[in-house]
Amino acid sequence: MESGNLELQYFLSGITKGSIYAVVAIGFNLIYSATGVLNFAQGEFVMLGGMVAVTLARFVPLPVALAGAVVIVALVGCLLEILFFRRLQRHSILHLVIITIGLSIVLQEIALHLWDEKVRSLPYFTGNEISTLKFLGAAISPQVLWVLATVAVIVVLLHIFLKYTLPGRAMRAGSSNPSAAMLAGINIANMRTLAFGLSAAIGALAGCVISPITMTHYEMGAPLAIKGFAAAIVGGLGNPMAAVLGGLMVGVLEAYSVSRLPAAYSDVTVFAVLLLVLFVRPHGFWGRPGGESVREH
Amino acid sequence: MKPRLKPGLPFVLLAAALAIVPWILRRAEMEYCLTQLTMSLYYAIVVLGLCLVMGYAGQVSLGHGAFFAIGGYTSAVLTTCDVSKWQTAAWLGWIKQSPFCIAREDLFGNPILTVSPWAAFFAAMALTFVVANLIGYPALRLRGHYLAMATLGFGMIVHKVILGTAFTGAADGINGVPEWNLGLGLTVSGKRPLRIENYFIAGGLLLLLLVLLHNLVRSRVGRALQAIHDRETAANAMGINTALYKLKTFVLSALMAAMAGVFFTHYTAGIGPSEAGAFKSVRYVALAAAGGMSSLWGVTGMSTLLNYMSLRGLFGSYDNAVFGLLLIGIVSLAPEGPLKPLARLVRRLAGACRPPNAAQPDAARPNNGLEGRPRHGAA
Repeated sequence: MESGNLELQYFLSGITKGSIYAVVAIGFNLIYSATGVLNFAQGEFVMLGGMVAVTLARFVPLPVALAGAVVIVALVGCLLEILFFRRLQRHSILHLVIITIGLSIVLQEIALHLWDEKVRSLPYFTGNEISTLKFLGAAISPQVLWVLATVAVIVVLLHIFLKYTLPGRAMRAGSSNPSAAMLAGINIANMRTLAFGLSAAIGALAGCVISPITMTHYEMGAPLAIKGFAAAIVGGLGNPMAAVLGGLMVGVLEAYSVSRLPAAYSDVTVFAVLLLVLFVRPHGFWGRPGGESVREH
Repeated sequence: MKPRLKPGLPFVLLAAALAIVPWILRRAEMEYCLTQLTMSLYYAIVVLGLCLVMGYAGQVSLGHGAFFAIGGYTSAVLTTCDVSKWQTAAWLGWIKQSPFCIAREDLFGNPILTVSPWAAFFAAMALTFVVANLIGYPALRLRGHYLAMATLGFGMIVHKVILGTAFTGAADGINGVPEWNLGLGLTVSGKRPLRIENYFIAGGLLLLLLVLLHNLVRSRVGRALQAIHDRETAANAMGINTALYKLKTFVLSALMAAMAGVFFTHYTAGIGPSEAGAFKSVRYVALAAAGGMSSLWGVTGMSTLLNYMSLRGLFGSYDNAVFGLLLIGIVSLAPEGPLKPLARLVRRLAGACRPPNAAQPDAARPNNGLEGRPRHGAA
């Protein structure tokens, strides 16, 4: 294979990985904007989505299983908000973040005991493991196209939702100034629940589409969450569209690192760049600098 | 008036409690529990250091597992690597005579020449000091989530470098770390006859550090940290060099983690890459949170207890689940840790039991409603 094609191949694999990080980062951002909490359990939504879909797919056709998984995980997300974050308004942000760490551990353990430690996967949506498409000399699996298309659709729909619909606008208002939004008659608590549900649904959908490629495993959530977290920060916290770019950057960086350095060092490269970004430009590439925050508590 | 205890009394009580445990365990013929207890005491030192950073300076570090590993690995690499390979080097002749090196036998009985554990300990401390400053200096300019991410990223880098490097044993880790003769007849070693002695070494180290931190947080430094914790901008305006205080605290707690790592490595005669994993670091943070973050006693107690229970495998396959649930439960119900509400309860009960005339001053004091309200933790 020519070296040009090889580069393209790496690039495509980076974009695929990156788009998943982007989806996780979008989920982070939604919850972060609405509640100020970084939700460490975001990766578990991806894992749960895949797990539920695999189980459902045994009984119902694939599209129904996907829809079912997204709905169930969205309900789980809403439930978590109602059970924990709604009643803990007095707690500091650090405490809330630690609770999400606890939730992530518990969700992982629940998945381990509900299912088991085996690796499972959904069938390929179209074609199978060996079907490939040629793109400028690089081979890609049709599932990669599914992933990219799903991510693109999520991004566009989310943009439309946040910009042009009433609940979306209410959500943005709530995140930019909760007190003013409350005075304007917006039910902030419900907006937060909606943010958790939406974020869980997005995560679950991502978990379904990547399941054929990366497989679904009860431990897959935490590493995804950390990468997604990095993507959100590189892009700029609080900006879902920047998160997409951040995710793609992290994914491509990882793919190139694998092609140049020993595979074990791919995470080292990603996090070294992340540290650099944090130290030089802590608000990320497209984020707004926070300055001296008034909402410290 | 609240009855004031003599300031030294809790430490004496703790020392007594530590001293009585081996005796009880021997009577119950459960001396094997001492091994896990010793390990959890070392882990408690890491959490105690983290408590200083989180509970007092109000900064979060998700990278303390990495410092533990840096300490442990530096010591493990230096005390197991045979330096006699460089026999020809001119400086070796000198260094051989110096106290930096000791000749011993490896696991297979072959004679090797390695760095002595004390020299390795100081090397580990020095390396940790440098790394903690390098990471802490830029990272502590970040706040909240960004700081969490920076320390998490640092931890991941250390973990992956250890996993991907040959001389740190990659995924196998390092074993065959020799025992560490501390002097004064004390030896850090996992050998069975030394079990009680090692338990006392760990307990003594923990007690010593606890006394140090207890004094530190009640000094000028401690008050400055409290001010940073409550509102950093205000502390800065008051003339507190917040960046310097935060950095010093961070480095101190990193050194504590590394020290625990060195002792732990000599005690268990080896170290594996999972010690640097993100989950370990998260676990330390969780333990600090479960102990109430700004309560040195609560943090020490909770982390020793929980780590011990988890190391003994009391939770079986539900280890992580129990741990996660405890974490959620304690942080959501008692964010200041389980000890303070308990102490309040005891005090209230004591007040209720007192004869009415003695309780008079209490009843006369206007109830400002502050008594039952938890203090909020870090921002």
